[in-house]
Amino acid sequence: MLQQVVNGLTLGSSYALIALGYTMVYGVLRLINFAHGEIYMVGAFIGLTASQIAGLPFAAAMVIAMAGAAVVGVVVERIAYRPLRKAPRLAALISAIGMSIFLRNLALAVMGPQTRAFPIPFEVKQFTTGRLRISSFDVLILLTSVGLMLGLHFLVHKTKIGKAMRATAEDKETASLMGISVNRVIAFTFAIGSALAASAGVLIGMNFNAVDPSMGMMPGLKGFTAAVLGGVGSIPGAMLGGILLGMAEVMGVALLKSEWRDAIAFGILALVLLVKPSGILGRNLQEKV
Amino acid sequence: MMISPYYYQLLVIASINAIMALSLNLVTGCAGQLSLGHAAFMGIGAYTAGILTSVYDVPFAVSLIAGGAVAALAGLIVGLPTLRLKGDYLAIATLGFGEIIRVAILNMGITGGPFGLRGISKHTNLALAATAAVLVYWTMTRLMNSRFGRALTAIREDEVAAVAMGIDVTRCKVLAFVISAAWAGVAGGLFAHWFRYLHPSSFAFAASVEILSMVVLGGMGSLEGPVIGAVVLTYAPELLRGVSDFVSRHRMLFYGALLVIMMLVRPQGLVGAGVKGLRAARLSKFQGFGRLQSSKLGQWIAAAMEKVHWKGSTGSDDSCVVNEHVSGLAIGPGTGSTGTGVGRGGGEENAGS
Repeated sequence: MLQQVVNGLTLGSSYALIALGYTMVYGVLRLINFAHGEIYMVGAFIGLTASQIAGLPFAAAMVIAMAGAAVVGVVVERIAYRPLRKAPRLAALISAIGMSIFLRNLALAVMGPQTRAFPIPFEVKQFTTGRLRISSFDVLILLTSVGLMLGLHFLVHKTKIGKAMRATAEDKETASLMGISVNRVIAFTFAIGSALAASAGVLIGMNFNAVDPSMGMMPGLKGFTAAVLGGVGSIPGAMLGGILLGMAEVMGVALLKSEWRDAIAFGILALVLLVKPSGILGRNLQEKV
Repeated sequence: MMISPYYYQLLVIASINAIMALSLNLVTGCAGQLSLGHAAFMGIGAYTAGILTSVYDVPFAVSLIAGGAVAALAGLIVGLPTLRLKGDYLAIATLGFGEIIRVAILNMGITGGPFGLRGISKHTNLALAATAAVLVYWTMTRLMNSRFGRALTAIREDEVAAVAMGIDVTRCKVLAFVISAAWAGVAGGLFAHWFRYLHPSSFAFAASVEILSMVVLGGMGSLEGPVIGAVVLTYAPELLRGVSDFVSRHRMLFYGALLVIMMLVRPQGLVGAGVKGLRAARLSKFQGFGRLQSSKLGQWIAAAMEKVHWKGSTGSDDSCVVNEHVSGLAIGPGTGSTGTGVGRGGGEENAGS
């Protein structure tokens, strides 16, 4: 049981990292960034390349993956979302889906469909106490996630750009009247969200020792589920939602058959959307004409 | 008239795709509700019809109708709760539903699971598929000119305004969803009895995206659009197969790019020029569209569209049919709003819910 809690925490914290990107982008643009799961995949591939081919140590590979994915995120925003900012929502949404499919199949064309191994570039120790087994990599996942989330919290609440982000999320027009460059803030938001997704991509890629072009779809959807569960637009909500979803999934698999694993997340999504669409920590946004 | 088996097959697939595109268009194009799990309804219809004829020896015609009915029922079950959700939530919910259906088919005994369903006899022919497509097209024209169709357009253009006009929004959306699912189910039945083999992967997310690409390419909300989109996207990969192997192998890569480019350059689709498009008045303001509108090609298409377009359309790009409905409220789509369309902003707050 305790073992499941540990597994749930590690899985959940990586979902939380993905969910943060969704939530931040939704906060400033009211757009579900469908390509987010693909950014996560791209991040994993960049990390793999840096670690395997360039032979860089873990931390360096991680930083490069995050920086690379941030660039991809900003480019995606510039090409597919910015021109549609004043267009109907349906247009932006379809553009986002198109971008997601494009990125996934671009990776497929460039890297090939095979799954690549992504070994952990350092020795993993196992700690065993009683029936509980924790690997040093689990600890690393938890520490990295918590560290990144604390960093994000600091960024959003204590820095000038964070204040600009919050202002933009509140009201874009007023923010621009206050001298905030809304375009730059939105690009920055995409960069941060993408970097977080890339970190999750590297961590999960190493944890399962597998990276492939379609790896982004399920974690992308689950990251979104986590964001909705916690309340889309709320940063603490995304963290909470991620952990809860990871727990629920691990527990669900322990109780049910593992083939139904993915159905659990969607079941939760459907339930949350029906009962409390604003999520646990989300604000209820009034739809205006 | 003799045509080679190759083109015969292409035409059958194009007809089935046209039914799929037309039915998705009712929900996404006409009512403005993005559904990303449409292929799942096709899958439900295909498996229902296929199992009925191959396992229970039910007549083909009955199995087709049963497939449509079961898909419609699924549409009702999915639609009732999810259609209360706003646009992007609905997209995710339908995507999730589609995946659940695929996982369910994969784990069920009677469907053959990952081995697929075999031994379905061949009943579908071109005459039948084409007739079905024409029938669906005809129903769509009747539907879109009806009170119900206009209600759907009103919902697409402005849901709050539609509510203010006394339209039962949820009922209309669910009804559109159910009709759309039923047609997709029939298309699935035709599909099953043409290919005689079914596999869950045929009805996965990629298939839903393919159908969406057809609708978007042709023109959301128009009636000819989805049909043209279906024919073009059925034929294009075959055409390109000869030109370049890379293109036909990475079809999805181009579908993805196509969706983005269409949204950026021509969101109303190939033939949507004269149609009361996706909030055409607002769209004409943003980049790309205006340029294309004023270009020779754009004018030519618009002129051509005006000639062939079904009655009731005004033919000019900035007068939506909806304007007739809501102008009395003075919050029509074209009233000088900058239309951020993102929930807040937009300046028209007099009808806040």
